[in-house]
Amino acid sequence: MKCQHCEKPATFHITELTEPGGPQVMHLCEEHARHYLSKEQSTPTSLVADHLEKQLKLGQTAEELAELDQQECPVCGITFYEFRNAGRLGCPYDYTVFQKDLEPLLINIHASREHKGKRPTRLAPSADRQAELIQLRREMEEAIEKENYERASEIRDRIRTLESGQSDTSSDL
Amino acid sequence: MDPKLDELAGQCGEWLRGTGPESDIVISSRIRLARNLAGFPFIKKCSPEDRQAIERTVRGKMEKLAQWKDVRYLMVDDLSEVDRQFLVERQLISRELADSEGARAVAIDPGEQFSVMINEEDHLRMQVMHSGLSLQEAWQTVNALDDLIEGEITYAFHSKFGYLTACPTNAGTGLRVSVMLHLPALVITRQIDKVFRSLQKISVTVRGLYGEGSQYMGDFYQVSNQITLGRSEEELVQQVSEVIPVLIDYERRARRFLVEESEQDLHDDVSRARGILTTAKKISSEETMHYLSKVRMGINLGLIDDLPITTINKLFIHTQPAHLQKLRGRTLGSADRNVERASYLQRHLSDSGSNGAAELN
Ligand SMILES: [Zn+2]
Ligand SMILES: [Zn+2]
Repeated sequence: MKCQHCEKPATFHITELTEPGGPQVMHLCEEHARHYLSKEQSTPTSLVADHLEKQLKLGQTAEELAELDQQECPVCGITFYEFRNAGRLGCPYDYTVFQKDLEPLLINIHASREHKGKRPTRLAPSADRQAELIQLRREMEEAIEKENYERASEIRDRIRTLESGQSDTSSDL
Repeated sequence: MDPKLDELAGQCGEWLRGTGPESDIVISSRIRLARNLAGFPFIKKCSPEDRQAIERTVRGKMEKLAQWKDVRYLMVDDLSEVDRQFLVERQLISRELADSEGARAVAIDPGEQFSVMINEEDHLRMQVMHSGLSLQEAWQTVNALDDLIEGEITYAFHSKFGYLTACPTNAGTGLRVSVMLHLPALVITRQIDKVFRSLQKISVTVRGLYGEGSQYMGDFYQVSNQITLGRSEEELVQQVSEVIPVLIDYERRARRFLVEESEQDLHDDVSRARGILTTAKKISSEETMHYLSKVRMGINLGLIDDLPITTINKLFIHTQPAHLQKLRGRTLGSADRNVERASYLQRHLSDSGSNGAAELN
C-alpha cells in the first residue's frame, strides 16, 4: 500500500479516534506519519473548531450561523465567533450563555453532556453571582483607570462581601 | 540562572527515575487536573489585574497550608529563558506557560512529584508524575492535592457540566491521564499501527514525544484519555490503565521477535548507537535521543550488560539544551551545545557500569 501523500510505501496506519464520523484510518509513510503526528500537537483548538464546523454545517443556515456568531456573553464580552476560532471560552458564564450550542459540542467530543464524578465540597456561587463578581472587577478597573478611587474602593468592598458571603448565597445553578 | 533551580539540575526528576512497575517500557504516569476560580474570567479574557489577583489569591492560600512549606514557588517572569526551558524539559511547566505573558507562576514540590501551574490555559493546572506505571497512586495523590486546594479556593463548577474549563475538551472532570511509553521494537518492526488499532475501543489519543524544535521522536509515545466529561475520574483512570498492559505486551512480543529473528542485526544496531554516542565530537539533541533510545532498548534486552538503565534515563534529560547549560553553568549557543553534549555523553558512557552512574548522582 502506498502513502496517501506520496509514492513511498505506507508503513504507518494511523487510526484517528477523535473523528465524530467514526474512526478514520490513514495510510502514511514514515515521514508523513511524523509530520501528521507533529501537527496533532495542537489538537484541542483544532478539535473544537472541527467539531463546531461540522455541527454548525449540519444544523444551521448561513443566516442562523451569522446570527449565532454575533451572540455575545454579557459578562466577558466573548462572541460565539471568537470562541469558534480560538476554541477557548472567555468565562464560566459562557457555559450558561451558549448552553444551547455547547451541549451538542460536548456530546460530540465526550459522548456525554453530564458530569459524573467529583464535586467540590465548597459550593460555587450561582452563575449569576459569579457573573456579578466578574463584572464588578471590570468596573473596579475602569474606576481606577479614571482615578475615581472612591468608587473603586466601594466596588472592592462589594466584591469582598460577595466573596466572603458565598456560603449563604450558594445555589447549585 | 535561578540558583533555586540549580540543585534540581543535578537530579533526575521523578519521571525519568527509571523505577516503578513496568519501567522497561513505561517511562512515566502523569495525571493533571484543570481548575478555575469562581468569579473570574478565564485566562483569555483576564485583564492583567485579574491575572495578578488570581495569582495572589492562589499563592496566599497556598502559603497558609502546612503542606506547602517546602514547595518552591516561582514567578515565571522572574526566570531567565534557560530556566524556563529547563522547567519545560523536566515537564514541570508547559511551553505555553513559559512563553505567555503576564502574572503566572508554578509551585513545585522538591521531589518533583507534583507541580501546580497558575494562569496557564486554566487558572490552575495541577499535575502529579510518577515513574513507571503507577496511575492509581498518581490519581490518589492529585486528588488529595485538589482537596487541599479546594478547601481554600472556590472553583468554577456547574452541577451539569462539572468543573468549568477554558476549553470544552477539558470540561467535567478536567482530568488528563497520560502514560509515556518507550516502544522501539514496535517501531522497528513497523507494528506501531497495532498500537493504534488496539486503542480503537476506547477514546484515547496517542502522541509522539517531541524534541528540540518540535521534532518528532519516533520511539516514545504518550497515551492519554480523550474524554473528560460523563465518566468519573476513577473510570477514566481505569480506562487508560486497561489499555497499557496491551501495549506493553505488544512491545514485549516485538522485542522477543527481534531477538529471535535478527539478534545479530539488533546487536549491531545497538552497538553502533552506543559507539556514536561515545565517540561523536558534536551531536544534536535529536540524534542523541535517537541513539539513547536504541541503547535503552539494548540494555532492556540484555544486549548491553555493563550500563545501568538509570544512567541512560539521566542522559535523556541531562543532554537537553537547557539542562546542558544549567549543568555547565553558562549559556551556550546551539553549536557549542552540540560539542558540550558530545563530551558530556562521552564522560558518562565511556567509564562503564556503576562508575558512570555514581558520577551522575
Ligand atoms: Zn508519504
Ligand atoms: Zn463570558
